[in-house]
Amino acid sequence: MHVFLGANNIVSPLGFTTAANFSAISSGKSAVTEHHFPFSDHSFYCSKIDRDQLNSHFSKRNEKSSFTFLEKMCVLSIQEVLAQSNIDLADKNNLLMISTTKGNIDVLEHAYAELPAGREYLSEIAKSIADVFHCANTPLVVSNACISGLLAMIIAKRFIENNRYQNIIVCGADLVSEFTLSGFRSFSALSDEVCKPFDAARKGINLGEAAASILLSAQPLSKLIVSGGASANDANHISGPSRTGDGLFQAIAHTLTEANKKTVDFICAHGTATEYNDEMESVAFSRHNLQHLPVNSLKGYYGHTLGAAGVLESIIALESLKQNTLIASAGFETQGTTHLDHVIRQTTKLELQSCLKTASGFGGCNAAAIFEKIL
Amino acid sequence: MNAIISSYCKIVPNKISVGGKLFFEEASEKELPEFLSAAYKYGELNYPKFHKMDKLCKLGMLATELALRNCPDWKALDKSRIALIFSNQSSSLDSDRNHAHAISDKQNYFPSPSVFVYTLPNIIMGEIAIKHKISGENAFFISNQFDPELLFSYSTILLQTTGTEFVVCGWVNCDRTHNDAFVYCVKKSNFKEQNSGPELDHTSENIRQLYNT
Repeated sequence: MHVFLGANNIVSPLGFTTAANFSAISSGKSAVTEHHFPFSDHSFYCSKIDRDQLNSHFSKRNEKSSFTFLEKMCVLSIQEVLAQSNIDLADKNNLLMISTTKGNIDVLEHAYAELPAGREYLSEIAKSIADVFHCANTPLVVSNACISGLLAMIIAKRFIENNRYQNIIVCGADLVSEFTLSGFRSFSALSDEVCKPFDAARKGINLGEAAASILLSAQPLSKLIVSGGASANDANHISGPSRTGDGLFQAIAHTLTEANKKTVDFICAHGTATEYNDEMESVAFSRHNLQHLPVNSLKGYYGHTLGAAGVLESIIALESLKQNTLIASAGFETQGTTHLDHVIRQTTKLELQSCLKTASGFGGCNAAAIFEKIL
Repeated sequence: MNAIISSYCKIVPNKISVGGKLFFEEASEKELPEFLSAAYKYGELNYPKFHKMDKLCKLGMLATELALRNCPDWKALDKSRIALIFSNQSSSLDSDRNHAHAISDKQNYFPSPSVFVYTLPNIIMGEIAIKHKISGENAFFISNQFDPELLFSYSTILLQTTGTEFVVCGWVNCDRTHNDAFVYCVKKSNFKEQNSGPELDHTSENIRQLYNT
């Protein structure tokens, strides 16, 4: 059976709809800019959602209870998916999944005076969102580092194929916080300019915040399906990728086998712009002889949105398939990995049928999925 | 296809049981770190990396090692066919609070990569994967309480529809007052055990009972 990819939404600094986001990045716009924070003398290049703009958007809902900023991002994103589809989360056959790494991490930074205690627990986010949409099933939370979003979509696909649910909305979300900025800074992983995935002069990551949601369904809601997906562990190091790309290689192998494919039309890679991650991906792709395919990373537009990244980037990849448009890999100028010889330099129109989406993260985790058009 | 729970280990403060039998107990109540160190010595884990881990990983590592030890023939399997599925309530909040504390005072600001790396719950699966070269499927779920139906359902899907042959499945929670771990191994029942332990059918009811007793 097919698992179809339906309604979706992105809430990011580039806009609160998928259309606004795709149009912005198609014209080369990046959400990553220099930001100053009260906690640091240094500035940070990151992508932040305007608080006032999102709050004013959210206030139109007239919700009575209190929400964190992250919960508001999620509610607005899920609301859009529900509005575009006829899915009712109060139906027992439908499930909401949340993917996040740090959730309401700003609660630990005492960002809210008025909230009830305990909001730092990820299942409390699920509960507050479930109340808004009257969810029949307790939302399922996946927290698996930077593959959280893509892994949640793969798990959703498996639940639908096995008749556990008819429809699943996966919502990925994370914030930019002092917590993550200071942590990645202590790893010397942050770039002091807009990041340059796969480029010879790449210096590291930018952090970004977003909420992104997508509907996966047993119903033929669209001409797009997820035809394969798998995860795998490097079994090598908890904070560095495998030099040989073993985990990613294995995740891609299982995904290609499941989708019954040897190749795809393009790759939407993880591309964090750290030296080791990007090189590891280049090795894993070349071990599958996929190094000649057009490849992009979307981190130059959004930064690394952590638990949202897999969902957000999958939605952009699906939009690329729909609009037959290869999106340029922002920040790329000079070949900076051993094997990748077609990092996309310019956004171009091209007939596209299928895409490989990958993600990798701390803890040695890797995930891959294939999206394709059906007739 | 049927599957079997081939071994399990449960850790609550000051007490460890393996396969339902008492394995280790502290006579006097100890703080969690001391208890974990004492259990590490008693269990002869001989894995120096253990001492670098945060409390969540130490708890999960101990429970996993003791569960795997009771299920000897898993080592013969292709390690890419072994999946890790873990869950908890508190994510990595214990280490999160440590990192948040390290950055809370601007006069005494000491964010450390060795703390920050543990601010993700799935790191425990990375640690287990590294120790045993296990490279199969991973998933970390957060639920408000132990959810045997979820773990059963997702393990079953992996065993039935992917190449997965063996699942190390568990709950490992580390929080201010709520510390516990329960790790069990699930294998396809066509996989012949030479040294059979206390085997049980893989059902959510059995998982629930093992966790509750």
